[in-house]
Amino acid sequence: MPTAQRLVVYLVAGWSGYYVMAIELLSGRILAPSFGNSIYVWGGIITVFMVALSVGYLAGGHLSVFAPTQTKLAGLLLIAAAATLPIVLFGDAVLDWLFNRVHDPRYASLIASSTLFFVPTAVSGMVSPYAVRLLATSVRATGRSAGLLFFVSTFGSAAGTILTSFYMVLWFEVNQIFTGMIAVSALVGFAALALRDGQAPD
Amino acid sequence: MGRRLISGLIGVLAAVASIASPPDGAAVLHHEKSLYRNIFVYEEDGLRCMSFSRVTTARQSCMALAEPARLVFNYARMMMAALYLNPAPRRILILGLGGGTLPSAFQRLLPAAAIDAVEIDPAVVRVARKYFAFEPSATTRVFEEDGRVFVKRMQRANVTYDLVVLDAFDHEYIPEHMLTREFLLEVKSLLGDRGVLAANTFSVSKLYQYESATYFNVFGDFFGLRQNNRLILVRLGGLPSKGEIAHNAELLDAKLAPLGVDRNWLLPQIEIERGWPASTRVLTDQYSPSNLLNAPP
Repeated sequence: MPTAQRLVVYLVAGWSGYYVMAIELLSGRILAPSFGNSIYVWGGIITVFMVALSVGYLAGGHLSVFAPTQTKLAGLLLIAAAATLPIVLFGDAVLDWLFNRVHDPRYASLIASSTLFFVPTAVSGMVSPYAVRLLATSVRATGRSAGLLFFVSTFGSAAGTILTSFYMVLWFEVNQIFTGMIAVSALVGFAALALRDGQAPD
Repeated sequence: MGRRLISGLIGVLAAVASIASPPDGAAVLHHEKSLYRNIFVYEEDGLRCMSFSRVTTARQSCMALAEPARLVFNYARMMMAALYLNPAPRRILILGLGGGTLPSAFQRLLPAAAIDAVEIDPAVVRVARKYFAFEPSATTRVFEEDGRVFVKRMQRANVTYDLVVLDAFDHEYIPEHMLTREFLLEVKSLLGDRGVLAANTFSVSKLYQYESATYFNVFGDFFGLRQNNRLILVRLGGLPSKGEIAHNAELLDAKLAPLGVDRNWLLPQIEIERGWPASTRVLTDQYSPSNLLNAPP
């Protein structure tokens, strides 16, 4: 795989890592007005993100078996971005509806997080194992490229956490941050499509 | 490498242990790690105090052992100015319990009032009862849950209050969802005719102006009182005149004196607050970096 394309795969994985943690952090903000900021609410949020990621890893690994391409990898990023849009558009309505029906903050948080955040997080989780498959050149090098990929994607997560919690919330509204991230996903996704196999220089 | 890591870890553990150790020079009666914080109860100079940190400047609540009815903190005495705006509230909501100082005071002052007290941390409720003589009366209810959720639920149930006391901020942390335009609108919808909101908050930091702009956006003019803490007072249907306040203060004087509230100290502090830049951003559920804004410069 040419260097440019390898870089694109790492970029997609790194951004996807950023994306998941930024959403997780903001999810607390989104849920707080309806269900509070108690330890139960965070417990519900983190549980849903972990379950979504685990399902995503499983699905991404499975998908990578069938004719893996950079096009499909870019597709995952774009789908995750599209699945985030309902949070911006219908988040308040969903939470309002739930508030009137579920009073226990634990289950309210689980249900709300599942409804709003499960799909984008699970699809984002598919990116890493799928990217490992694209990068794998030989059995011997698999561990090394997987290690580098996890480094990039987890480092992206760290960046998403600190930038969002220290700076983005100080400068922007929650929905502006979401919209900006969806735009970056679209940019990275289409860049990955434009640079896919056969079209890249060299 | 391994050794350096271990000595680093020991350093971290020692730092953590020192954070969890009791305040200096005080007799510690109780210490526990609750779901949300460290709670210390200690006695010093005839005061029994609750603190969320080992530093005694972080006291949440203090009770004078010889005169439990007396309000020790300026902020608690300032809170009583809420009664100058509405002298006989029948239904009172208190968000944030601490040692139960305010509910206890209102129970004594207004035995017939129905009081709802909301506290997120069950351990704080236990400690208030055990160490601070907080004994809910027959008309007082205590709810262990997030204040914002409680307010929203009461709003849906069309419950109203004559006085809402917001005392949910501790010495350093603000529940950010309880300092937004949307939250204040929910509180406003709970206020009955001439209902009063009294909020205890921070007096210094960049947050001050944002908070002013947010309260003004929801309520219009408000009274701001300022000592170590800041107290914001608003009344639905417009703030009362100086004359009305002074009149109420006089009526309440005998009742409030045992609490240590002196109207000659309190009355001059009650002024309409003005003077933040017009461009100051209003805090909303979408934009509420209160803790970042409240950080020391």
